[in-house]
Amino acid sequence: MTALSFIPAPGASRLPRMVAAHARMEVLLLARNGEQLLLALGIPLLLLVGGAKSGTVVDLGSGRRIDVLTPGVLALAVMSTAFTSLAIATAFERRYGVLKRLGASPLPREGLLLAKIAALLCVEAVQLGVICAAGLALGWHPRGGFGTVASCFVLVVAGTAAFASLGLLLAGTLRAEATLAASNLVYVLLLVVGAVVVPLASYPESLHAVVSVLPSAALAEGLRHVCSGAGMDWWRVAVLVAWAVLAGTLTTRTFRWE
Amino acid sequence: MSAPAVEVSDLVMRYGRTLAVDALSLTVEAGRITAILGPNGAGKTTVLETCEGYRRPQSGEVRVLGLDPIRQHRELMPRVGVMLQSGGAWSAVRAREMLAYVASLYAHPLPLDDLLTRLGLDSCGRTAYRRLSGGEQQRLGLAMAVVGRPQLVFLDEPTAGLDPQSRRATWELIQQLAADGVTVVLTTHYMEEAERLADHIFLLDAGRVVTSGSPSDLVTSGAQNTITFRAQPGLPVAELRRVLPAGQVAAEGPPGTYRVEGEVTPQTLATVTGWFAALDVLPSDLTVQRHTLEDVFLELTGKALRS
Repeated sequence: MTALSFIPAPGASRLPRMVAAHARMEVLLLARNGEQLLLALGIPLLLLVGGAKSGTVVDLGSGRRIDVLTPGVLALAVMSTAFTSLAIATAFERRYGVLKRLGASPLPREGLLLAKIAALLCVEAVQLGVICAAGLALGWHPRGGFGTVASCFVLVVAGTAAFASLGLLLAGTLRAEATLAASNLVYVLLLVVGAVVVPLASYPESLHAVVSVLPSAALAEGLRHVCSGAGMDWWRVAVLVAWAVLAGTLTTRTFRWE
Repeated sequence: MSAPAVEVSDLVMRYGRTLAVDALSLTVEAGRITAILGPNGAGKTTVLETCEGYRRPQSGEVRVLGLDPIRQHRELMPRVGVMLQSGGAWSAVRAREMLAYVASLYAHPLPLDDLLTRLGLDSCGRTAYRRLSGGEQQRLGLAMAVVGRPQLVFLDEPTAGLDPQSRRATWELIQQLAADGVTVVLTTHYMEEAERLADHIFLLDAGRVVTSGSPSDLVTSGAQNTITFRAQPGLPVAELRRVLPAGQVAAEGPPGTYRVEGEVTPQTLATVTGWFAALDVLPSDLTVQRHTLEDVFLELTGKALRS
């Protein structure tokens, strides 16, 4: 028998330490989950390499294939992590009572949100690093210098905010299984009709107006525009911010913790 | 006397049209083990979850360690430990990882390995939560409730579904918590558990406190005890009834078997034996049956099973 003593010594840890501990846990659990890894890295890399090598199976419009493909795959990676992965993980945290349990811990709600954002950004940093490296190895030539990097950063942050708000909207209202199904369905639909990998210019003219206001199109078109050296298209950022505000507002009103 | 650890006054909670908690009041003294006992649906979990800040009182007031569990949530949370009825951990997380994570949210956590050993969880520290047995999950939930060295713990059915060994280990831990100065509030529908552990019991039914007191208070005061004996059939029971105080009844059951029921006191026994002496009857198998807490529970909450 150990001389364990339960004499009370209550106190919360410092907020940065709590946030770091939680973010670390989220990244660890994602890395341990095969399906999530497939979604985060497997599918984007497959599309990048397959798309670059497959010649003309899919029409990507004018320009070098790899230059069109890489920014689109970067957008897809952001979408898979900020939307699909986040929605599924959060829905199951709700189902398993993790969110409820944390509600009775010293970790405040904004700490939880900060930790989730930090975890998302960590995972995205790895994804984007790997995809950029693969793209460059396949001959990708992004145009522009620091301005391009900064613009891409702004687009990725705005895109993450938009997709994460949408993901949490699903996770906080639907049952876990329904979130799993819906978030995968939306992912596939946006991949097919959302101008993610195939640029908007390759879609029929009549669909342009509708497709261009989708968050997927805004992020992917914005990245393609910037990486082609044409500069920042602020309209795309505005679309993403509008989605983030709309979905964020709905989420704060509808999110159920249990 | 120190300030109460928990004060619930006139709490009312409704779910739709169902009244879950009906103007309930209770006070928990610091440093003791208090059991909230009652059948399923009595409102035990609702009361606990209101104290934990999960639910806003629809009417009435709740104070925990002098704080409002919702408005002063942030101030209160580091000081209390919570064990939910089930769940509360990621399915893929390993047992030790989960406990380490919860510990990292507190300033002065307990040493993890000692706590795991104490609860018999040292051998499954690397096991994923979903692969733990029900009892291991329960014990990990208890470890998560105490790891932050709280002043007060709320344990919602801490031994539900545990095998006898685990139940005993949990009881010992709860007793040590109280001995070390932690206030313990637990819900249970095991009478034996409440009787063994609790300093004070609140018996709930249909959202109200039906009775409260120490376990021994509950089984003696106001309880319906019974004297039974055998003698020749046909004794004049009506005469006995006349000399017994009001509220006590005597009757012959199967011929030759007699029962005296009511609030049986030593005086009752003297009256009955006086009656034997007057009749010159020597009974056999004379017993006084003291009711257990379980009898009190069933008497007060009705014998019908509830879903």
